Amino acid sequence: MSYCFSQMAPRKKVTKTPTRMITKDIGGDKNGGKRTIRISRMSRYYPTEDRPRKLRSTKTAFSSHKHTVRSSITPGTVLIIVAGRHKGKRVVFLKQLNSGLLLVTGPFHLNGCPLRRINQIYVIATKTKVDISGVKLPDRLNDAYFKRQKLRRPRHTEGEIFDTKKEVYQVSDERKQDQVDVDKQVLEAIRKNKEKKLLFGYLGAMFSLGNKQYPHEMIF
Amino acid sequence: MVLSQFHFVEIGRVALFAYGPDKGKLCVIVDVIDQNRALVDGPATGVKRKQVNYKSLHLTQFKLNIGRAMRTGNLLKVWNKESMQSKWDATSWAKKIANKSLRKSLSDFDRFKLMKAKQARNRLIAIECGKLKKQAKKAPAKPLRVRKRKS
Repeated sequence: MSYCFSQMAPRKKVTKTPTRMITKDIGGDKNGGKRTIRISRMSRYYPTEDRPRKLRSTKTAFSSHKHTVRSSITPGTVLIIVAGRHKGKRVVFLKQLNSGLLLVTGPFHLNGCPLRRINQIYVIATKTKVDISGVKLPDRLNDAYFKRQKLRRPRHTEGEIFDTKKEVYQVSDERKQDQVDVDKQVLEAIRKNKEKKLLFGYLGAMFSLGNKQYPHEMIF
Repeated sequence: MVLSQFHFVEIGRVALFAYGPDKGKLCVIVDVIDQNRALVDGPATGVKRKQVNYKSLHLTQFKLNIGRAMRTGNLLKVWNKESMQSKWDATSWAKKIANKSLRKSLSDFDRFKLMKAKQARNRLIAIECGKLKKQAKKAPAKPLRVRKRKS
């Protein structure tokens, strides 16, 4: 391909005239009638020294961290919770949230574990998986939804020390509704499984180690 | 202790590797090298012909009728003719080994299912036991005749 400059269409010259000044009419006698004024004002302050710059650091904010999940944990995996309020319970893993925490559900009716976040380090992944590919989770289930609410601690004023009630955590209706919605789908997915009766019993039962059961020798 | 209690190291004795890289594999003692070692071969089980200390072998009840230092190919023919693998698999020893490895490979859900199956079986046994007890209560059994020792 040969380019010939003379045969090329003439490039349109777009000249941007930098308008920095504007002429404005001013009133009054013997004032010259016009003034050329800058459009943008000059800065009021010019620092005499360079602003101190921060040194480059390799630290990154938590929000930009990469959160990996163990390869054994995939959506629908039955997890054994090993620490915390729900330790010993077998729950269904739904998805990983942006903070890296795992979103799980009991389902609530089987073992009392609600929609909850847990860290994967407090969890044993079993080989049992439920097919939850058809389960649609509400979009609002994210880290902000599950963030811990700070309850007002009662202020002790004179004479009212034992009267003011402590604020107890109340489950919001939104949470209850989401729990019902998600669990209905998860339970449907479990029902489709061949071994559904035993799976229901399995998810309702608690995990424990017996004599001569060594976790490092066991397959989960 | 009677001689017939023991299995002997002899040409043709089928042995099981107790430890080492070939652990769990069957082989045939093909020749005796000296007091401690034997020449061993297991063409059907993936054991290469090699010298092995008796300490790493567990002798089985089976013995093949082979000549000393029989070659691998011929040994394989004898092995297949005797269908040694199926004979071994039928022994309770082999079944115990298989059960052990199966138990180890159970997942958490499998263990749960096993527990439920055991529970169901034990409940049935308990029911039958209860029935027998009831029967025994209604018709008490004759007391066992006590044999008097000759003094």
